[in-house]
Amino acid sequence: MADQTLRRPPLAGRQGGSAAARISMAAPATRLSLRAGADAVPALSAAFGLDLPVRPKGAASAGGRHGLWIGPDEWLLIDETGADLMALAAAVPAMHSAVDVSHRNVAILVSGPGAATAIAVGCPLDLTRLPAGAAARTVLGKAEVVLFRTGEDDYRVECWRSFAPYAFDLLVEGADDADL
Amino acid sequence: MLLIYCPYCEEDRSELEFRHGGDAHIVRPTNMADISDEEFEEFFFLRDNPKGVIYERWRHIHGCGRFFNAARDTVSDRFLASYKTGEPKPALSGASPASAQLAEPPAQIDETTEGTAK
Ligand SMILES: [Zn+2]
Repeated sequence: MADQTLRRPPLAGRQGGSAAARISMAAPATRLSLRAGADAVPALSAAFGLDLPVRPKGAASAGGRHGLWIGPDEWLLIDETGADLMALAAAVPAMHSAVDVSHRNVAILVSGPGAATAIAVGCPLDLTRLPAGAAARTVLGKAEVVLFRTGEDDYRVECWRSFAPYAFDLLVEGADDADL
Repeated sequence: MLLIYCPYCEEDRSELEFRHGGDAHIVRPTNMADISDEEFEEFFFLRDNPKGVIYERWRHIHGCGRFFNAARDTVSDRFLASYKTGEPKPALSGASPASAQLAEPPAQIDETTEGTAK
């Protein structure tokens, strides 16, 4: 074997769920944990090509890139096309902190008419108050997750990679319950 | 499950997302190296542990990540108010003083309104 390392995402390609809610692993993406004051938001928004949300649960999307409001000075950026977000952030002189968390997180996709029910099995967030296009950091069972509702019946559950098997199995259990 | 109002997220969220942070409004001495052991003990260790209303720091650690302050009744576990860090203690209406509760049984927790006090 040649001296190279292969990237092996956790649970890659795994699928599960029920007729009510399908559970699958999202493709790899680049991610940024971004911290910045209000004064740096316009410059960062321009650099990333989307208006960073400044209200709770806010999310902005453009061309496969998403900026999720996490806290008053914190965002999670996700780029499904694999763009180099660090390079974009590095070009912004305004004071900010950007940490590449591409490999720290994985995303589990939950879709179907019972998606909310499946997630609610382990998540205390009131999903009726998380409209499509909104996001929030919360918990799923014992794991911290960022929940991003990408569509009426579609959710993206971002969790730390070491929690992925736990979160995935919990969501599969939820999907079974949602199909009862 | 308790619902706690986060003043930064501007809504009630589950207690599972929060972590307790001890008494609020404890002022850290600016002359730490100069104070006596007794003064340090008073600042660092001694707390009132009231029966009744207490002002506490909470952190929305699995939400927005922010510290904030909240007034809680230690008898009923009811949250009376939440407010942002740096804001003064709010005026509380409907909160009975701690002494009045000593003679009464613990207040009933109303599941429909619990945690919605702002
Ligand atoms: Zn919050």
